[in-house]
Amino acid sequence: MKVLVPVKRVVDYNVKVRVKSDQTGVDIANVKMSMNPFDEIAVEEATRLKEKGAVAEVVAVSCGVAQCQETLRTAMAIGADRGVLVQTDVELQPLAVAKLLKALVDKEQPQLVILGKQAIDDDANQTGQMLAALLDWPQATFASKVELADGKVTVTREVDGGLETLTLKLPAIVTTDLRLNEPRYVTLPNIMKAKKKQLDTVTPQDLGVDPAPRLKTLKVSEPPARKAGIKVADVAALVDKLKNEAKVV
Amino acid sequence: MTVLVIAEHDNRALNGATLNAIAAAATLAMPVHVLVAGAEAGAAAEAAARVAGVDKVLLAQAPQLADGLAENLAAQAAAVAAGYSHVFLAATAQGKGVAPRVAALLDVAQVSDVIEVLAPDTFKRPIYAGNAIATVKSGYPVIVATIRPTAFDPAAAEGGNAAVEAIEAVAGAGLSRFVSREIAVSERPDLGSARAVVSGGRGLGSADNFKLLDPLAEKLGAALGASRAAVDAGYAPNDWQVGQTGKIVAPDLYVAVGISGAIQHLAGMKDSKVIVAINKDGDAPIFGVADYGLVGDLFEAVPALTSSLP
Repeated sequence: MKVLVPVKRVVDYNVKVRVKSDQTGVDIANVKMSMNPFDEIAVEEATRLKEKGAVAEVVAVSCGVAQCQETLRTAMAIGADRGVLVQTDVELQPLAVAKLLKALVDKEQPQLVILGKQAIDDDANQTGQMLAALLDWPQATFASKVELADGKVTVTREVDGGLETLTLKLPAIVTTDLRLNEPRYVTLPNIMKAKKKQLDTVTPQDLGVDPAPRLKTLKVSEPPARKAGIKVADVAALVDKLKNEAKVV
Repeated sequence: MTVLVIAEHDNRALNGATLNAIAAAATLAMPVHVLVAGAEAGAAAEAAARVAGVDKVLLAQAPQLADGLAENLAAQAAAVAAGYSHVFLAATAQGKGVAPRVAALLDVAQVSDVIEVLAPDTFKRPIYAGNAIATVKSGYPVIVATIRPTAFDPAAAEGGNAAVEAIEAVAGAGLSRFVSREIAVSERPDLGSARAVVSGGRGLGSADNFKLLDPLAEKLGAALGASRAAVDAGYAPNDWQVGQTGKIVAPDLYVAVGISGAIQHLAGMKDSKVIVAINKDGDAPIFGVADYGLVGDLFEAVPALTSSLP
């Protein structure tokens, strides 16, 4: 069976972003971009399923600007067999991405789509669930364990207060949590091999989807700054401050 | 114009975060209805009817709604949502799983993790791990949103007197099956709603050393939390993780012990009222957000702090 893995190009998680002075967004010019960490986990999981023989082909997909090709090459260096770029310069929101992915699912007919649980830029945590709804497929979000057997996928999920296990009929949608796996480092030979793998480019128009954003961002501002704190000399001084100044103990 | 809040519950009682979502709904100054979907969830519906500010409770009961499966719960919510201008859920694991599914069924965008309601169609929400705040406006006839619980004071659990109306349950999709749930048992307050939180990081060094935090948490009546490093190292269970990808907390007092303060951790706790940091590295980023910082060995400072507290 085939697995589809959507990957997103985002500002690298180590970068501390800055809000633009005109409040139209965050400044991402000349900032290091990488694959969204949860998507790396998704590619790794699909690759492991393939290595176990449970999956025949892993197709990585990315939606966005031309540079998303680099993200797809990374996915292919981890283990994806080929890539598809849905190229557009339009700002993409989760509902639009879910519709683009649905069109690709209709075309590619995968049995499983593995996505990251959220992208670390918009922190939306929506796309997988929306795609599941559009396809009328079952979903298992925040997966920390995935097992494929007998036309079903059994997923352990991280929920508030503990873990929950669900069994879904295939085809299904799974979104990854941090603890699902430790993504492998891409090696130079695999990076070279990934350059030769097939990468197709389509447009939203080819897929018959209007990707225009529907939520309007009025402004982006700095979060309220905390007032500067102080360092105390010892435990006694700390207890004194907590009792008499902050009055929290 | 009416708000529908999708309740999270265990069939007997409401989840605390639902009270925060009801409070956010109340800021719209519109009637507030609550949907309780479950199996034998009458007690939860009664509890919802007693919440101050709730005008009506819709109770949908069926076996397929028993375990909060996203497919069935979303289908139920979407079937009811047609008559509403807003559908709110708490931004919990369940709410985050269900809300986008409801939105897509209604073919509308969803607003995640609302921290402030500016107008019926305009909301503030954090992006980039809380390093920026976006103000977004929805042009859709139905606005589906999840509410960050720590950003709204909970509605009073008593004082309301709403009617409970039984509604027809939507047939189950039969796509997924609940197998099991392992909920960690803890005598400590719930991390998401605790008044005080004591969190440990990699600096603790081992799961055994993490027990050092127990007496301190005991004295403060605090929940225990952890950084991702501590969770990954196996010092603390996953559901203790505070941060962008774990729980978002905003207690009156947050004590960070042996936590350096990575961006992803700060995203989960920097709205706490008072932050205390205990770390031996005086340059650790945690001191940039701490109201009171103590540079020193946590193995001496934590027991000393515990014994000096009343």
